[in-house]
Amino acid sequence: MITDEPDDRRNFLKCMAWAGTGALFAFNGGISTSIGLDAAVAAPLKHSASKPFTFVQLSDSHIGFNKPPNADARATFREAIAKVKALPNQPDFIIHTGDVSQLSRDEEFDDADQMLKELGLPVFFVPGEHDMLDPDGGKAFLDRFGKGSQGAGWYSFDHRGVHFVALVNVADLKPGGMGNLGAEQLKWLKADLAGRHSSTPIVVFAHIPLWTVYEAWGWGTDDAAEALKLLARFGSVTVLNGHIHQIAQKVEGRIAFHTARSTAFPQPAPGTAPSPGPLKVPAEQLHGMLGITDAMFVRGHDRIALIDSTLSA
Amino acid sequence: MTRSFRMLTFQAAALVSGALIMSSITVMTKASAAAPAAAVEIGNFTFKQPVVTVKPGTTVTWANGDDIPHTVVSKDGVFKSKVLDTGDRFSFTFAKPGQFGYFCSLHPHMTGTIIVKV
Repeated sequence: MITDEPDDRRNFLKCMAWAGTGALFAFNGGISTSIGLDAAVAAPLKHSASKPFTFVQLSDSHIGFNKPPNADARATFREAIAKVKALPNQPDFIIHTGDVSQLSRDEEFDDADQMLKELGLPVFFVPGEHDMLDPDGGKAFLDRFGKGSQGAGWYSFDHRGVHFVALVNVADLKPGGMGNLGAEQLKWLKADLAGRHSSTPIVVFAHIPLWTVYEAWGWGTDDAAEALKLLARFGSVTVLNGHIHQIAQKVEGRIAFHTARSTAFPQPAPGTAPSPGPLKVPAEQLHGMLGITDAMFVRGHDRIALIDSTLSA
Repeated sequence: MTRSFRMLTFQAAALVSGALIMSSITVMTKASAAAPAAAVEIGNFTFKQPVVTVKPGTTVTWANGDDIPHTVVSKDGVFKSKVLDTGDRFSFTFAKPGQFGYFCSLHPHMTGTIIVKV
């Protein structure tokens, strides 16, 4: 029983106001609302045994990318890490939602690893399709970032009452298709979720969006519906993805979906360009289109608030 | 490791891909004494010649013109490129008649077919 928690939380939220630049997107029981920070601070709090915590999502660092509009994806990743370091409330951990590297080269993985280690925080990874390009189809990534994972790199863990599920939808892709989870992973997910109380907040993270953002560019996951069916009974589910290098959001039932910006280069909005290749923005616009996502969990609200901020902020 | 070597490779690739486009035109217009060749360009996340029909013995070369890497992978396991970065190429010689569907294993919505017939 922590009686001073409301104060903690209010201070915490005030500090978040320093960190964030955009709206605060709060997810509560599947209803997504964009609320002002003042309203969030004033909101009543249920008693709870857990303190608030944050984690940060980094995505699509593409270490090794060196073409327009970003000649040095290492430098912008370093800036993203500096931004995390500067957060007044340090996150409990980092999740990286894939495309750590551009070409799955050892030196790319190595540089990402070294830069992340400067944070001194646990980092949880899922691979993107760019991390599967070694001759063994992902072994280099898994050896380094996937220790203890199963199959192509999936796993789950619990943190302060929240169940986190890391899924891989970039392995064994099918001709003509989009992202793919596969039968083996879905079977594992079913077993992983079985027996968990439906009041347990769930955070799922994977590289390619688990809903169809734009089929013509492959921005979706063919068998995501089967995973979402297994998640439907839970009161609070947040799905965090990358891959599309821009923010996209959707709420379906009790499931809130959100994609993060890249730290390397932006991609065009669906259908606004001939291809999903890098958006070649002028140098002065680049930092405003790259960024990180700060996720805050306040126990008792069953709500995860996501604050996206750019590298120019 | 050897940035200059990589640059040389890219320059060579550019030269050869230019030559390939020329040679595929040549193959179309006259019976070639040399081994027949055909080219598929990769651009804008597509195989720009999605269906190519060739004679047995033809070497098909794919060249990646995108600034994002791609692969060329046979649906039936007949051929598989390593990752092709910008300017990289992959060639495969089709000895026997048949229909060979393929795709990019990174962006599987990218598909193409090589038809080999006498």
